[in-house]
Amino acid sequence: MRREFTGYRRESGRIGVRNHVAVLPTSVASSCVARGIAAEAGAWARATPHQMGASQPDESREQTERVLVGVGRNPNVGAALVVEFGTEDIDADEIADRIARDGKPVETLSVREVGGTAAALQRGRTALDSLNEAAANARHESADASELVVGVECGGSDATSGIAANPAVGDACDRLVAAGGTASFSETPEFIGAEHVLAERCADEETRRRLLDRVERREATADLMGVDLRGAQPSPGNQEGGLTTIEEKSLGAISKGGTTPVRGIVDYAERLPVGGGLVLMDTPGYDVESVVGKVAGGAQIIVFTTGRGSTTGNPVAPVVKVTGNPRTWERMRANMDVNAGAVVEGDATISEAGERVFDEVLAVADGKRTGAETRRMEEFAITEVHPRELAEVRST
Amino acid sequence: MKGRVLGGAALVLADGDSVATALEDLEAGREIHNGNHAMTLTDDVPFGHKFALEPLSAGETVQKYGEVIGRATEAVAAGEWVHTHNCESTRGRGDVAATEAER
Repeated sequence: MRREFTGYRRESGRIGVRNHVAVLPTSVASSCVARGIAAEAGAWARATPHQMGASQPDESREQTERVLVGVGRNPNVGAALVVEFGTEDIDADEIADRIARDGKPVETLSVREVGGTAAALQRGRTALDSLNEAAANARHESADASELVVGVECGGSDATSGIAANPAVGDACDRLVAAGGTASFSETPEFIGAEHVLAERCADEETRRRLLDRVERREATADLMGVDLRGAQPSPGNQEGGLTTIEEKSLGAISKGGTTPVRGIVDYAERLPVGGGLVLMDTPGYDVESVVGKVAGGAQIIVFTTGRGSTTGNPVAPVVKVTGNPRTWERMRANMDVNAGAVVEGDATISEAGERVFDEVLAVADGKRTGAETRRMEEFAITEVHPRELAEVRST
Repeated sequence: MKGRVLGGAALVLADGDSVATALEDLEAGREIHNGNHAMTLTDDVPFGHKFALEPLSAGETVQKYGEVIGRATEAVAAGEWVHTHNCESTRGRGDVAATEAER
Protein backbone atom coordinates (compact mmCIF):
# COMPACT_ATOMS: atom_id res chain seq x y z
CA MET A 1 0.00 0.00 0.00
CA ARG A 2 1.42 3.35 -1.05
CA ARG A 3 1.81 5.99 1.66
CA GLU A 4 3.68 8.88 0.06
CA PHE A 5 2.64 11.76 -2.15
CA THR A 6 4.09 15.09 -3.23
CA GLY A 7 2.33 18.17 -1.90
CA TYR A 8 2.73 21.87 -1.10
CA ARG A 9 4.24 22.69 2.30
CA ARG A 10 2.62 25.71 3.97
CA GLU A 11 4.06 28.07 6.58
CA SER A 12 1.57 26.57 9.06
CA GLY A 13 3.35 23.23 8.65
CA ARG A 14 0.33 21.61 7.00
CA ILE A 15 0.64 20.07 3.54
CA GLY A 16 -1.63 20.97 0.61
CA VAL A 17 -2.46 18.61 -2.25
CA ARG A 18 -3.33 21.49 -4.60
CA ASN A 19 -1.96 25.00 -4.95
CA HIS A 20 -5.00 27.19 -5.59
CA VAL A 21 -5.48 30.90 -5.10
CA ALA A 22 -8.85 31.33 -3.38
CA VAL A 23 -11.17 34.25 -4.14
CA LEU A 24 -13.46 34.61 -1.11
CA PRO A 25 -16.50 36.92 -1.27
CA THR A 26 -17.78 38.11 2.12
CA SER A 27 -21.43 38.12 0.95
CA VAL A 28 -23.74 37.45 -1.97
CA ALA A 29 -23.18 41.08 -3.03
CA SER A 30 -19.54 40.41 -3.94
CA SER A 31 -20.02 36.83 -5.12
CA CYS A 32 -20.52 37.59 -8.82
CA VAL A 33 -17.44 39.77 -8.92
CA ALA A 34 -15.40 37.12 -7.08
CA ARG A 35 -16.52 34.51 -9.60
CA GLY A 36 -15.69 36.83 -12.49
CA ILE A 37 -12.20 37.61 -11.22
CA ALA A 38 -11.38 33.92 -10.76
CA ALA A 39 -12.87 32.86 -14.11
CA GLU A 40 -10.74 35.36 -16.04
CA ALA A 41 -7.56 34.37 -14.21
CA GLY A 42 -7.63 30.65 -14.97
CA ALA A 43 -8.10 27.26 -13.34
CA TRP A 44 -5.60 27.98 -10.55
CA ALA A 45 -7.94 30.65 -9.17
CA ARG A 46 -10.97 29.29 -7.30
CA ALA A 47 -13.92 31.41 -6.21
CA THR A 48 -16.33 30.47 -3.42
CA PRO A 49 -19.54 32.37 -4.32
CA HIS A 50 -22.30 31.96 -1.72
CA GLN A 51 -25.72 33.30 -0.78
CA MET A 52 -25.14 34.87 2.63
CA GLY A 53 -26.40 38.46 2.89
CA ALA A 54 -24.55 41.62 3.90
CA SER A 55 -26.24 41.60 7.31
CA GLN A 56 -26.63 38.46 9.36
CA PRO A 57 -27.57 37.68 12.96
CA ASP A 58 -24.38 37.40 15.06
CA GLU A 59 -24.44 33.60 15.29
CA SER A 60 -24.82 33.27 11.51
CA ARG A 61 -22.18 35.91 10.80
CA GLU A 62 -19.66 34.21 13.06
CA GLN A 63 -20.30 30.91 11.31
CA THR A 64 -19.87 32.50 7.87
CA GLU A 65 -16.62 34.12 9.03
CA ARG A 66 -15.38 30.79 10.36
CA VAL A 67 -16.08 29.19 6.96
CA LEU A 68 -14.34 31.95 4.96
CA VAL A 69 -11.30 31.94 7.26
CA GLY A 70 -11.23 28.14 7.29
CA VAL A 71 -11.33 27.85 3.50
CA GLY A 72 -8.60 30.49 3.24
CA ARG A 73 -6.48 28.54 5.74
CA ASN A 74 -7.06 25.20 3.98
CA PRO A 75 -3.62 23.89 2.98
CA ASN A 76 -4.78 23.47 -0.64
CA VAL A 77 -4.91 27.27 -0.79
CA GLY A 78 -1.55 28.93 -1.48
CA ALA A 79 -2.85 32.52 -1.32
CA ALA A 80 -6.21 34.26 -1.01
CA LEU A 81 -8.09 37.35 -2.14
CA VAL A 82 -10.99 38.45 0.09
CA VAL A 83 -13.59 40.41 -1.87
CA GLU A 84 -16.22 42.60 -0.21
CA PHE A 85 -18.87 44.80 -1.71
CA GLY A 86 -18.18 47.29 1.05
CA THR A 87 -21.37 47.37 3.11
CA GLU A 88 -21.11 43.96 4.78
CA ASP A 89 -21.07 43.39 8.53
CA ILE A 90 -18.19 41.04 7.85
CA ASP A 91 -14.92 42.95 7.68
CA ALA A 92 -12.77 41.74 4.76
CA ASP A 93 -9.59 43.01 6.44
CA GLU A 94 -10.33 41.01 9.56
CA ILE A 95 -10.93 37.83 7.51
CA ALA A 96 -7.68 38.48 5.65
CA ASP A 97 -5.78 39.00 8.93
CA ARG A 98 -7.09 35.75 10.38
CA ILE A 99 -6.01 33.85 7.24
CA ALA A 100 -2.63 35.61 7.12
CA ARG A 101 -1.80 34.50 10.69
CA ASP A 102 -0.62 31.24 9.12
CA GLY A 103 1.88 33.24 7.03
CA LYS A 104 -0.25 32.97 3.89
CA PRO A 105 -0.24 35.81 1.30
CA VAL A 106 -3.68 37.50 1.42
CA GLU A 107 -5.10 40.64 -0.21
CA THR A 108 -8.47 42.37 0.07
CA LEU A 109 -10.61 44.20 -2.46
CA SER A 110 -13.68 46.42 -1.96
CA VAL A 111 -15.98 46.73 -4.98
CA ARG A 112 -17.44 50.00 -3.72
CA GLU A 113 -14.10 51.52 -2.82
CA VAL A 114 -12.44 50.85 -6.18
CA GLY A 115 -15.41 52.33 -8.05
CA GLY A 116 -17.63 49.45 -9.16
CA THR A 117 -17.50 46.11 -10.92
CA ALA A 118 -15.29 46.96 -13.92
CA ALA A 119 -12.57 48.45 -11.74
CA ALA A 120 -12.93 45.57 -9.26
CA LEU A 121 -12.49 42.98 -11.99
CA GLN A 122 -9.38 44.77 -13.24
CA ARG A 123 -7.83 45.33 -9.79
CA GLY A 124 -8.78 41.85 -8.71
CA ARG A 125 -7.03 40.37 -11.71
CA THR A 126 -3.82 42.25 -10.94
CA ALA A 127 -3.98 41.19 -7.30
CA LEU A 128 -4.55 37.57 -8.28
CA ASP A 129 -1.53 37.51 -10.58
CA SER A 130 0.80 38.64 -7.82
CA LEU A 131 -0.85 36.27 -5.30
CA ASN A 132 -0.35 33.42 -7.77
CA GLU A 133 3.34 34.26 -8.05
CA ALA A 134 3.60 34.17 -4.26
CA ALA A 135 1.73 30.85 -4.12
CA ALA A 136 4.07 29.38 -6.72
CA ASN A 137 6.93 29.75 -4.20
CA ALA A 138 5.46 26.98 -2.00
CA ARG A 139 7.89 24.13 -1.37
CA HIS A 140 6.77 21.12 -3.41
CA GLU A 141 7.85 18.20 -1.27
CA SER A 142 7.24 14.62 -0.33
CA ALA A 143 4.69 13.96 2.41
CA ASP A 144 3.17 11.00 4.21
CA ALA A 145 -0.41 9.73 4.48
CA SER A 146 -0.29 10.60 8.20
CA GLU A 147 -0.50 14.29 7.17
CA LEU A 148 -3.78 13.84 5.33
CA VAL A 149 -7.09 15.06 6.70
CA VAL A 150 -9.77 13.32 4.65
CA GLY A 151 -13.42 14.35 4.86
CA VAL A 152 -15.99 11.68 4.14
CA GLU A 153 -19.42 12.48 2.74
CA CYS A 154 -22.39 10.73 1.18
CA GLY A 155 -25.00 12.05 -1.20
CA GLY A 156 -27.68 10.47 -3.35
CA SER A 157 -27.66 7.41 -1.10
CA ASP A 158 -29.49 4.23 -1.97
CA ALA A 159 -29.44 0.77 -0.46
CA THR A 160 -26.05 -0.02 -2.06
CA SER A 161 -24.47 2.85 -0.08
CA GLY A 162 -24.92 1.01 3.20
CA ILE A 163 -23.80 -2.38 1.90
CA ALA A 164 -20.94 -1.51 -0.49
CA ALA A 165 -19.69 2.09 -0.97
CA ASN A 166 -19.88 3.20 2.68
CA PRO A 167 -18.25 0.07 4.16
CA ALA A 168 -15.53 0.28 1.46
CA VAL A 169 -14.82 3.92 2.31
CA GLY A 170 -14.97 2.98 6.00
CA ASP A 171 -12.27 0.40 5.34
CA ALA A 172 -10.17 3.12 3.63
CA CYS A 173 -10.70 5.36 6.71
CA ASP A 174 -9.45 2.55 8.94
CA ARG A 175 -6.34 2.31 6.73
CA LEU A 176 -5.81 6.08 6.92
CA VAL A 177 -6.21 6.14 10.72
CA ALA A 178 -3.80 3.17 11.00
CA ALA A 179 -1.33 5.21 8.89
CA GLY A 180 -1.63 8.04 11.43
CA GLY A 181 -3.94 10.36 9.49
CA THR A 182 -7.29 12.02 10.21
CA ALA A 183 -10.65 10.91 8.83
CA SER A 184 -13.77 12.98 9.43
CA PHE A 185 -17.40 12.31 8.69
CA SER A 186 -20.40 14.46 9.57
CA GLU A 187 -24.07 15.00 8.66
CA THR A 188 -25.49 14.83 12.19
CA PRO A 189 -29.12 14.17 11.08
CA GLU A 190 -27.73 10.93 9.66
CA PHE A 191 -26.53 9.83 13.08
CA ILE A 192 -30.18 9.66 14.23
CA GLY A 193 -31.05 6.05 14.93
CA ALA A 194 -27.37 5.02 14.91
CA GLU A 195 -26.06 7.30 17.66
CA HIS A 196 -25.96 4.46 20.21
CA VAL A 197 -23.54 2.60 17.91
CA LEU A 198 -21.31 5.68 17.57
CA ALA A 199 -21.59 6.52 21.28
CA GLU A 200 -20.18 3.13 22.19
CA ARG A 201 -17.16 3.88 20.04
CA CYS A 202 -16.35 7.27 21.58
CA ALA A 203 -12.86 7.35 23.07
CA ASP A 204 -13.94 9.31 26.16
CA GLU A 205 -17.02 10.38 28.10
CA GLU A 206 -16.75 14.04 27.02
CA THR A 207 -16.92 13.08 23.31
CA ARG A 208 -19.79 10.68 24.00
CA ARG A 209 -21.79 13.35 25.81
CA ARG A 210 -21.11 15.95 23.11
CA LEU A 211 -22.11 13.55 20.34
CA LEU A 212 -25.42 12.61 21.96
CA ASP A 213 -26.11 16.28 22.71
CA ARG A 214 -25.57 17.25 19.04
CA VAL A 215 -27.82 14.47 17.76
CA GLU A 216 -30.53 15.46 20.25
CA ARG A 217 -30.26 19.08 19.11
CA ARG A 218 -30.67 18.11 15.42
CA GLU A 219 -33.65 15.94 16.22
CA ALA A 220 -35.12 18.74 18.35
CA THR A 221 -34.84 21.09 15.36
CA ALA A 222 -37.48 18.97 13.65
CA ASP A 223 -39.63 19.38 16.77
CA LEU A 224 -38.98 23.14 16.80
CA MET A 225 -40.16 23.45 13.24
CA GLY A 226 -43.11 21.15 13.90
CA VAL A 227 -42.20 19.04 10.91
CA ASP A 228 -41.78 15.38 10.30
CA LEU A 229 -38.15 14.69 9.50
CA ARG A 230 -39.38 11.92 7.21
CA GLY A 231 -40.26 14.49 4.53
CA ALA A 232 -36.56 15.17 4.08
CA GLN A 233 -34.93 12.15 5.68
CA PRO A 234 -34.66 9.88 3.88
CA SER A 235 -35.11 12.15 0.84
CA PRO A 236 -37.60 11.15 -1.89
CA GLY A 237 -34.59 10.00 -3.95
CA ASN A 238 -33.29 7.90 -1.05
CA GLN A 239 -36.74 6.34 -0.73
CA GLU A 240 -36.86 5.49 -4.41
CA GLY A 241 -33.49 3.81 -3.87
CA GLY A 242 -34.99 1.59 -1.19
CA LEU A 243 -34.23 3.48 2.04
CA THR A 244 -37.36 3.51 4.20
CA THR A 245 -36.46 5.34 7.43
CA ILE A 246 -33.83 7.71 8.83
CA GLU A 247 -32.62 4.90 11.13
CA GLU A 248 -31.94 2.69 8.11
CA LYS A 249 -30.16 5.50 6.27
CA SER A 250 -28.07 6.38 9.36
CA LEU A 251 -27.01 2.82 10.08
CA GLY A 252 -25.73 2.59 6.50
CA ALA A 253 -24.23 6.10 6.59
CA ILE A 254 -22.06 5.69 9.69
CA SER A 255 -20.21 2.75 8.16
CA LYS A 256 -18.37 5.21 5.89
CA GLY A 257 -16.29 6.38 8.88
CA GLY A 258 -14.84 2.93 9.52
CA THR A 259 -14.54 1.13 12.80
CA THR A 260 -11.92 3.03 14.83
CA PRO A 261 -12.70 4.92 18.05
CA VAL A 262 -14.37 8.33 17.71
CA ARG A 263 -11.70 10.72 19.04
CA GLY A 264 -13.78 13.88 19.06
CA ILE A 265 -16.58 15.94 17.53
CA VAL A 266 -15.99 19.49 16.30
CA ASP A 267 -18.36 22.31 15.30
CA TYR A 268 -19.30 23.16 11.73
CA ALA A 269 -16.16 24.49 9.95
CA GLU A 270 -14.05 24.17 13.12
CA ARG A 271 -10.40 23.19 12.61
CA LEU A 272 -9.81 19.42 12.32
CA PRO A 273 -6.58 18.09 13.87
CA VAL A 274 -3.74 16.53 11.85
CA GLY A 275 -2.96 13.00 13.02
CA GLY A 276 -6.24 12.97 14.93
CA GLY A 277 -7.73 9.59 14.01
CA LEU A 278 -11.49 9.55 13.46
CA VAL A 279 -13.07 12.92 14.32
CA LEU A 280 -16.72 13.81 13.67
CA MET A 281 -18.04 17.22 12.60
CA ASP A 282 -21.52 18.54 13.46
CA THR A 283 -22.96 19.51 10.06
CA PRO A 284 -26.34 19.46 8.32
CA GLY A 285 -27.20 16.59 6.00
CA TYR A 286 -27.13 18.82 2.91
CA ASP A 287 -24.04 17.49 1.17
CA VAL A 288 -22.66 20.71 -0.37
CA GLU A 289 -22.77 22.59 2.95
CA SER A 290 -21.40 19.59 4.77
CA VAL A 291 -18.43 19.23 2.37
CA VAL A 292 -17.70 22.95 2.71
CA GLY A 293 -17.69 22.60 6.53
CA LYS A 294 -15.00 19.92 6.39
CA VAL A 295 -12.93 21.77 3.77
CA ALA A 296 -13.10 24.84 6.04
CA GLY A 297 -11.94 22.49 8.82
CA GLY A 298 -8.80 21.78 6.79
CA ALA A 299 -9.64 18.58 4.88
CA GLN A 300 -7.40 18.40 1.80
CA ILE A 301 -9.47 15.65 0.14
CA ILE A 302 -13.13 14.61 0.29
CA VAL A 303 -14.24 11.05 -0.38
CA PHE A 304 -17.87 11.07 -1.43
CA THR A 305 -20.03 7.97 -1.68
CA THR A 306 -23.12 7.86 -3.84
CA GLY A 307 -25.62 5.24 -4.88
CA ARG A 308 -27.97 7.07 -7.20
CA GLY A 309 -25.22 9.30 -8.54
CA SER A 310 -23.85 12.77 -7.77
CA THR A 311 -21.54 15.11 -9.65
CA THR A 312 -20.73 17.43 -6.72
CA GLY A 313 -17.25 18.87 -6.26
CA ASN A 314 -15.62 21.68 -4.29
CA PRO A 315 -13.59 24.74 -5.33
CA VAL A 316 -10.47 23.96 -3.27
CA ALA A 317 -10.56 20.26 -2.36
CA PRO A 318 -10.64 17.35 -4.82
CA VAL A 319 -13.75 15.20 -4.33
CA VAL A 320 -13.30 11.46 -4.97
CA LYS A 321 -16.56 9.74 -5.97
CA VAL A 322 -17.16 6.17 -4.89
CA THR A 323 -20.30 4.32 -5.97
CA GLY A 324 -21.53 0.92 -4.85
CA ASN A 325 -24.25 0.85 -7.48
CA PRO A 326 -23.06 -0.99 -10.63
CA ARG A 327 -25.72 0.79 -12.73
CA THR A 328 -24.55 4.23 -11.59
CA TRP A 329 -20.94 3.26 -12.33
CA GLU A 330 -21.92 2.39 -15.90
CA ARG A 331 -24.29 5.28 -16.50
CA MET A 332 -22.20 8.05 -14.93
CA ARG A 333 -18.73 6.65 -15.54
CA ALA A 334 -17.13 10.05 -16.25
CA ASN A 335 -18.29 11.48 -12.92
CA MET A 336 -17.21 8.49 -10.81
CA ASP A 337 -13.69 7.72 -9.57
CA VAL A 338 -13.87 4.38 -7.76
CA ASN A 339 -16.21 1.46 -8.42
CA ALA A 340 -17.33 -0.32 -5.28
CA GLY A 341 -20.16 -1.96 -7.26
CA ALA A 342 -17.95 -5.02 -7.58
CA VAL A 343 -18.79 -5.66 -3.91
CA VAL A 344 -22.53 -5.88 -4.71
CA GLU A 345 -21.81 -8.17 -7.65
CA GLY A 346 -19.69 -10.43 -5.43
CA ASP A 347 -16.50 -9.75 -7.41
CA ALA A 348 -14.63 -7.90 -4.65
CA THR A 349 -14.51 -7.97 -0.88
CA ILE A 350 -15.06 -4.80 1.15
CA SER A 351 -11.38 -4.87 2.07
CA GLU A 352 -10.32 -5.01 -1.61
CA ALA A 353 -12.63 -2.12 -2.47
CA GLY A 354 -11.33 -0.22 0.60
CA GLU A 355 -7.75 -0.64 -0.60
CA ARG A 356 -8.76 0.75 -4.00
CA VAL A 357 -10.32 3.80 -2.33
CA PHE A 358 -7.20 4.37 -0.19
CA ASP A 359 -4.90 4.05 -3.24
CA GLU A 360 -7.07 6.51 -5.16
CA VAL A 361 -6.90 9.01 -2.28
CA LEU A 362 -3.10 8.84 -2.32
CA ALA A 363 -3.01 9.16 -6.14
CA VAL A 364 -5.30 12.21 -5.95
CA ALA A 365 -3.13 13.67 -3.17
CA ASP A 366 -0.22 13.23 -5.56
CA GLY A 367 -1.98 15.25 -8.27
CA LYS A 368 -4.31 12.88 -10.10
CA ARG A 369 -7.45 14.78 -11.12
CA THR A 370 -10.86 13.56 -9.99
CA GLY A 371 -13.89 13.48 -12.29
CA ALA A 372 -15.33 16.51 -10.47
CA GLU A 373 -12.06 18.47 -10.88
CA THR A 374 -11.75 17.70 -14.58
CA ARG A 375 -15.28 19.00 -15.11
CA ARG A 376 -14.78 21.97 -12.77
CA MET A 377 -17.68 20.97 -10.51
CA GLU A 378 -17.19 23.46 -7.69
CA GLU A 379 -20.35 23.79 -5.59
CA PHE A 380 -20.06 26.01 -2.56
CA ALA A 381 -22.65 26.80 0.12
CA ILE A 382 -22.52 27.86 3.75
CA THR A 383 -25.08 26.51 6.18
CA GLU A 384 -27.39 29.00 7.83
CA VAL A 385 -28.33 28.99 11.49
CA HIS A 386 -32.08 28.38 11.38
CA PRO A 387 -34.10 31.29 12.91
CA ARG A 388 -35.88 28.98 15.37
CA GLU A 389 -32.55 27.47 16.34
CA LEU A 390 -31.36 31.02 17.01
CA ALA A 391 -34.36 31.67 19.23
CA GLU A 392 -33.65 28.45 21.10
CA VAL A 393 -29.93 29.20 21.54
CA ARG A 394 -30.72 32.68 22.84
CA SER A 395 -33.36 31.55 25.29
CA THR A 396 -31.04 29.07 27.00
CA MET B 1 -20.00 -8.03 1.19
CA LYS B 2 -20.97 -8.27 4.82
CA GLY B 3 -23.89 -10.48 5.66
CA ARG B 4 -25.45 -13.54 4.09
CA VAL B 5 -26.54 -13.77 0.43
CA LEU B 6 -29.75 -15.68 -0.34
CA GLY B 7 -29.34 -17.47 -3.65
CA GLY B 8 -27.64 -14.48 -5.28
CA ALA B 9 -30.94 -12.58 -5.03
CA ALA B 10 -30.94 -10.86 -1.68
CA LEU B 11 -28.74 -9.93 1.26
CA VAL B 12 -29.35 -10.43 4.98
CA LEU B 13 -27.01 -8.01 6.75
CA ALA B 14 -27.07 -9.50 10.25
CA ASP B 15 -28.44 -12.55 12.03
CA GLY B 16 -31.85 -11.84 13.47
CA ASP B 17 -32.75 -9.25 10.79
CA SER B 18 -36.42 -9.36 9.81
CA VAL B 19 -35.81 -8.01 6.29
CA ALA B 20 -33.48 -8.81 3.36
CA THR B 21 -32.24 -6.39 0.66
CA ALA B 22 -32.81 -7.25 -3.02
CA LEU B 23 -29.56 -7.48 -5.00
CA GLU B 24 -31.45 -7.32 -8.31
CA ASP B 25 -34.98 -6.47 -9.41
CA LEU B 26 -37.05 -9.34 -8.02
CA GLU B 27 -40.48 -10.26 -9.35
CA ALA B 28 -43.54 -11.35 -7.38
CA GLY B 29 -43.74 -15.12 -7.28
CA ARG B 30 -39.97 -15.58 -6.96
CA GLU B 31 -39.05 -18.25 -4.44
CA ILE B 32 -36.43 -17.29 -1.86
CA HIS B 33 -34.68 -19.76 0.42
CA ASN B 34 -33.51 -18.54 3.80
CA GLY B 35 -31.77 -21.44 5.52
CA ASN B 36 -34.46 -24.07 5.99
CA HIS B 37 -37.29 -21.66 5.27
CA ALA B 38 -38.65 -21.00 1.80
CA MET B 39 -40.91 -18.08 0.96
CA THR B 40 -42.54 -16.66 -2.13
CA LEU B 41 -42.37 -12.94 -2.86
CA THR B 42 -45.86 -11.47 -2.83
CA ASP B 43 -44.76 -8.20 -4.48
CA ASP B 44 -42.17 -7.02 -6.99
CA VAL B 45 -39.14 -5.92 -4.99
CA PRO B 46 -36.87 -3.47 -6.88
CA PHE B 47 -33.07 -3.56 -6.57
CA GLY B 48 -32.00 -2.16 -3.20
CA HIS B 49 -35.47 -2.49 -1.66
CA LYS B 50 -36.45 -4.86 1.16
CA PHE B 51 -38.82 -7.73 1.80
CA ALA B 52 -39.86 -9.40 5.06
CA LEU B 53 -38.14 -12.64 5.99
CA GLU B 54 -40.80 -13.45 8.57
CA PRO B 55 -44.35 -12.30 9.33
CA LEU B 56 -44.49 -8.99 11.22
CA SER B 57 -47.44 -7.77 13.25
CA ALA B 58 -48.57 -4.14 13.26
CA GLY B 59 -46.35 -2.10 15.58
CA GLU B 60 -43.56 -4.68 15.62
CA THR B 61 -40.01 -3.37 15.16
CA VAL B 62 -38.22 -4.02 11.87
CA GLN B 63 -34.55 -5.10 12.09
CA LYS B 64 -31.74 -4.52 9.55
CA TYR B 65 -27.97 -4.33 10.24
CA GLY B 66 -28.87 -6.06 13.53
CA GLU B 67 -30.54 -2.80 14.64
CA VAL B 68 -34.04 -1.32 14.70
CA ILE B 69 -34.79 0.64 11.52
CA GLY B 70 -38.48 1.36 12.23
CA ARG B 71 -41.78 -0.34 13.00
CA ALA B 72 -44.42 -2.03 10.89
CA THR B 73 -47.56 0.10 10.50
CA GLU B 74 -49.66 -2.92 9.54
CA ALA B 75 -49.34 -6.70 9.50
CA VAL B 76 -46.71 -7.79 6.97
CA ALA B 77 -46.43 -11.32 5.56
CA ALA B 78 -43.14 -13.09 4.86
CA GLY B 79 -42.08 -12.29 1.29
CA GLU B 80 -43.90 -8.94 1.26
CA TRP B 81 -42.19 -5.74 0.10
CA VAL B 82 -41.30 -3.58 3.15
CA HIS B 83 -41.10 0.16 2.54
CA THR B 84 -42.71 3.48 3.50
CA HIS B 85 -46.24 2.11 2.90
CA ASN B 86 -45.97 -0.40 5.75
CA CYS B 87 -42.94 0.67 7.81
CA GLU B 88 -42.28 3.99 9.55
CA SER B 89 -39.52 5.70 11.47
CA THR B 90 -39.73 6.15 15.21
CA ARG B 91 -37.37 9.16 15.19
CA GLY B 92 -37.36 12.84 14.23
CA ARG B 93 -41.14 13.03 14.43
CA GLY B 94 -41.69 16.75 14.93
CA ASP B 95 -45.16 16.26 13.39
CA VAL B 96 -46.17 13.92 16.21
CA ALA B 97 -44.76 16.34 18.81
CA ALA B 98 -46.74 19.20 17.21
CA THR B 99 -50.01 17.22 17.17
CA GLU B 100 -49.51 16.18 20.78
CA ALA B 101 -48.79 19.78 21.79
CA GLU B 102 -52.15 20.85 20.32
CA ARG B 103 -54.04 18.29 22.39
